[in-house]
Amino acid sequence: MENLVSFPLLSSIIWLPTVGAILMLFFQSERSVKIVALTTTIISFLVSLLLLAGWVNDSSMQFQENLAWIPQLDINYHLGVDGISLFLVLLTTLFGPIVVLFSWNNVKDNLKAYLFLLLTQQTGMLGVFLSLDLVLFFIFWEFTLIPMYFLIGRWGGKNRVYAAVKFFLYTMAGSALMLVVILLLYWKQGSFDWMVLQQAPMDVRFQTWAFVAFALAFAIKIPLFPFHTWLPDAHVQAPTAGSVILAGVLLKMGTYGFLRFNLPLFPDATHLYTPLLAVLAIIGILYGALVALVQKDVKSLVAYSSIAHLGFVMLGIVSLTAQGVSGAVLQGVNHGLSTGALFLMIGMVYDRRHTRLLSEYGGLWKKVPVWSALFIIVVLASVGLPGLNGFVGEFAILVGAFQANPWWAVFATLGVIFAAWYLLTAVRGMVQGPLDEEKNGNLTDLTKREILLLAPLIILFFVIGLFPGFFFDKINPAVDALLQTVQSGTDLLF
Amino acid sequence: MLQFAWIILLFPLLGLLINLLFGKRLGKSFIALVASAAVFASLLTAVGMAAALLALPEADRSVTVQLWQWIHIGDFQVNFALLIDPLSVLMALVVTGVGFFIHWYAATYMLVDDKHQDLSLRLYGRFFIYLNFFILMMLTLVLANNYLQLYVGWEGVGLASYLLIGFWFYKPSAANAGKKAFIVNRIGDFGLDLAIKWRFCRFGKQAGSLAFNDIFAALKGAPDTTIAAMTGVTLLLLLAATGKSAQIPLFVWLPDAMEGPTPVSALIHAATMVTAGVYMIARSHPLFELVPTTMAIVAWIGALTALMAASIAIVQTDLKRILAYSTISQLGYMFLGVGVGAYTAGIFHLMTHAFFKALLFLTAGSVMHAMHGELNIDLMGGLRKKMPKTYWQFLAGAAALAGFPLLAGFWSKDAILYEAFLKSPLLWGVGIFTALLTAFYSFRAVYRAFHGEPRSEHAEHAHEQPGGMTAPLWFLTAGALFAGFLGLPLMFGEHANVLGNWLGPVFADLAEGQHGGESLELTLFLVSSAIALLGIFIAYARYIPEWGWAKSLQNIFSPLQNMLEHKYWVDEFYMSFIGDPLRRVGQWFYRVSDGKVIEGAVNGIGKYTVVAGAYVARLQTGLLSMYALSFFVGVALILLYFLLA
Repeated sequence: MENLVSFPLLSSIIWLPTVGAILMLFFQSERSVKIVALTTTIISFLVSLLLLAGWVNDSSMQFQENLAWIPQLDINYHLGVDGISLFLVLLTTLFGPIVVLFSWNNVKDNLKAYLFLLLTQQTGMLGVFLSLDLVLFFIFWEFTLIPMYFLIGRWGGKNRVYAAVKFFLYTMAGSALMLVVILLLYWKQGSFDWMVLQQAPMDVRFQTWAFVAFALAFAIKIPLFPFHTWLPDAHVQAPTAGSVILAGVLLKMGTYGFLRFNLPLFPDATHLYTPLLAVLAIIGILYGALVALVQKDVKSLVAYSSIAHLGFVMLGIVSLTAQGVSGAVLQGVNHGLSTGALFLMIGMVYDRRHTRLLSEYGGLWKKVPVWSALFIIVVLASVGLPGLNGFVGEFAILVGAFQANPWWAVFATLGVIFAAWYLLTAVRGMVQGPLDEEKNGNLTDLTKREILLLAPLIILFFVIGLFPGFFFDKINPAVDALLQTVQSGTDLLF
Repeated sequence: MLQFAWIILLFPLLGLLINLLFGKRLGKSFIALVASAAVFASLLTAVGMAAALLALPEADRSVTVQLWQWIHIGDFQVNFALLIDPLSVLMALVVTGVGFFIHWYAATYMLVDDKHQDLSLRLYGRFFIYLNFFILMMLTLVLANNYLQLYVGWEGVGLASYLLIGFWFYKPSAANAGKKAFIVNRIGDFGLDLAIKWRFCRFGKQAGSLAFNDIFAALKGAPDTTIAAMTGVTLLLLLAATGKSAQIPLFVWLPDAMEGPTPVSALIHAATMVTAGVYMIARSHPLFELVPTTMAIVAWIGALTALMAASIAIVQTDLKRILAYSTISQLGYMFLGVGVGAYTAGIFHLMTHAFFKALLFLTAGSVMHAMHGELNIDLMGGLRKKMPKTYWQFLAGAAALAGFPLLAGFWSKDAILYEAFLKSPLLWGVGIFTALLTAFYSFRAVYRAFHGEPRSEHAEHAHEQPGGMTAPLWFLTAGALFAGFLGLPLMFGEHANVLGNWLGPVFADLAEGQHGGESLELTLFLVSSAIALLGIFIAYARYIPEWGWAKSLQNIFSPLQNMLEHKYWVDEFYMSFIGDPLRRVGQWFYRVSDGKVIEGAVNGIGKYTVVAGAYVARLQTGLLSMYALSFFVGVALILLYFLLA
């Protein structure tokens, strides 16, 4: 443990992908570029596993690093990880090798640049989850836009430029106000440091404005209804790896932001806004589900399902109960795993058939049984079947929501029915029915590489579903501490 | 010994893993052997569990085996654990017992596919993997010691049902039926889901768990407000039960579920899974007992479902659909039983029904094979001579179903009707009229399918099925004939009711039920016998000598005929009042709300930003002093705001 503290583990986790990306530039052949990228991502995943080795099940910020960066402005390079960010970090590093492996053969156009963007994207996201200095956080936050913008805009579908610009402007606009508030925070509270800010009492009226500014940035990222319309476009147009990163990790930056910043920094305002946010979350759950139901494009079906699923996560957060918030932290990870897997699987048939329309498929079980069986498992995880990961998170969230307000749970549980409806519609459209589309007759089943890259996700569905204790043991203490901070806030309404 | 009871779950798990990993190398007979052996091993374990319980004094016959911690957050603490008591062991015996014979039968039955072509090794293996998975989940359900684990089994069997109904996945009708079953069940699960949360928030918190025993213990001495909330909880549980057990209003999925291979209809959609709702209510009886209103609703739902489904069954011509509606109807009797507080009788009927209905479905499967997939009884006839073993087996099942005196179904149905009479003669009236319909449709099927002359090419050339299919059915036949003697009524003596004595400790908390006396028992016994014989006689008169008066009976029902053939238009009602409107709402959200309103607003902001930008651009005068001035004014304004605020 002592040794680990002195070793800059978090910095290594953040910067390894970038080091790999730069290293990659020195190689010419496509093969060696791929190998460098894969090795880098695997190493950074293994390094991130060291977090578990040195982990202490308490609520503290662990593995902290704190260096003066721009002392004139009091900006520090302050990193730390707790139970709320731990599994998001691991999720990010896990997806690293998975998306590289996925892109092994199917990126024909400038693979090196593509992998470079993926790797730097990873650095950006990890920075977001690990920064404890608000300026540092903001820099990483904004940086994550850039690689994704190029991934969508350069390697995307037909409408890629529109989608990329929309993605960029939408999220950029959301974070502008956040920057203003970060500066004001420094001006009023005298620090950019999260640890300091979290403890200093803050003027209640200021909180109400600051909360909104942060919430806007995060709500767009999640995306919370009605800020969601950028997501279907971005997902449908993005190349598969982009969609996977977007759904798997990027969206969680929004819910993470609420947990890390809105709740503990503005506890009084939190009580004021939670009813509104809960209503938006529930609208998102039902709205996203019903819109998903009528989609003809399977990728856009999954995109809308993300809106519904993240509605659950948001509902758990604003329930402000131990079960709701812990469930939300875990469900963020679960959604990343299952929706990431869904996009990967859709990407695999898309690469073979170059269509995403449900009407173009049907009866695939006859032709590609391995793909079909795995697709059904992934769908069931997403549906929240008890025994798989999605159920644990969803149920905990709804137990929390029920305690906050039973009606929230009633309406949100309706979303559980709809989830089965739209996802089984996708199964019905893709896997079942007669194999009547001629082009599907030549489909080939999954390769070993494809099975290998899906395997860790599918194993995790079962592990989290049956033995979530390992995860909750690490999440719960941090959530309890967070809730104590929030409880210290007064309810402004009454 | 009971501490090792979890191995009952291990066997089907191992069976499915072996077939999943090595099935392709094993070949068909080995696959079937592995799967059947797994279930047989579980059956032996269940027998061992029963013996171990018997060795304990009655008051101690409830053993909890903790497995591992599942979800622990704050005061929400749920473990995986098994509850071993007479009720759960009886259920495990039924599931593995009937399940074993169905596996045995399926080993031969599933050698061919729905078009009577050789079934591929892959699909054959997949079938047995699903079956083992079903057994695993069903055992998880009945052995769960808490509601959340019950939920795992509950949805797990739903998944198995979904996969097996859609087993012929290339048939659109099968695929649609599977999806419908899952979604309708999810509507029911909505109830279970909310009920669990509600219960946790009410008193799971003090109890620190969702375990049955803890919750029921916390109920004792609970304040009236808690008891009032139980109305909601029990109604939600009832919703869940109506989904799984195909009762009004959620029965619509079960007839369509007949798209699955016949052993599936026998195992899942007749003998075991669909009885989960009855089991759950019996298990939750300390909750239901608190709310007489819910109990009355359970009883009436059961009675009306029994009547409605029986009335549909008399006009169906598809043999499996007749049996499906019959299953719904018989499940209605079980609901009636538990609804009037006759838990033992309800569970008794659950058990006898498992035998005779599994038998009926499997013989129907034999007929279906002999008829090359044809199930229309109008095209059968004369099969008695072509397939005598199957005939006797079907006859035994039909007679048990019809309540023919002294057979299994007679005793258990009578036990329910007797207790229903004590609660409300009206409920009894509905039940006894349904019994008449039941006897009629059972023997309508017997006479139409097996008697008379062959009415089609296929019937002409039908032949007996191989021993692999007929042999296991003799065991089920024995059950259909004799299982009733396990639950003899009181008039045969204090200890005649073996099943009642076995289940005694589970329902020990109930107040001693009232007794109507032996003369009432005997009267109702005779009425039931007469009604069953009358129903059979009418079927005989109508279909064998085809007497005019019996044919004219049909005229009474002809105004109803259309309604019955359309199953009271319930499916159509759900589609046009729930399914379609929700889809239209989704379309509207997508096209208008997302496409026009939100996008319009976003694009509007974008557009005005550009316009505003053009105006702002004019401020770019290039004069440095102008810039400096605006800068200072701006900063001053901000500072002013915060100093004043």
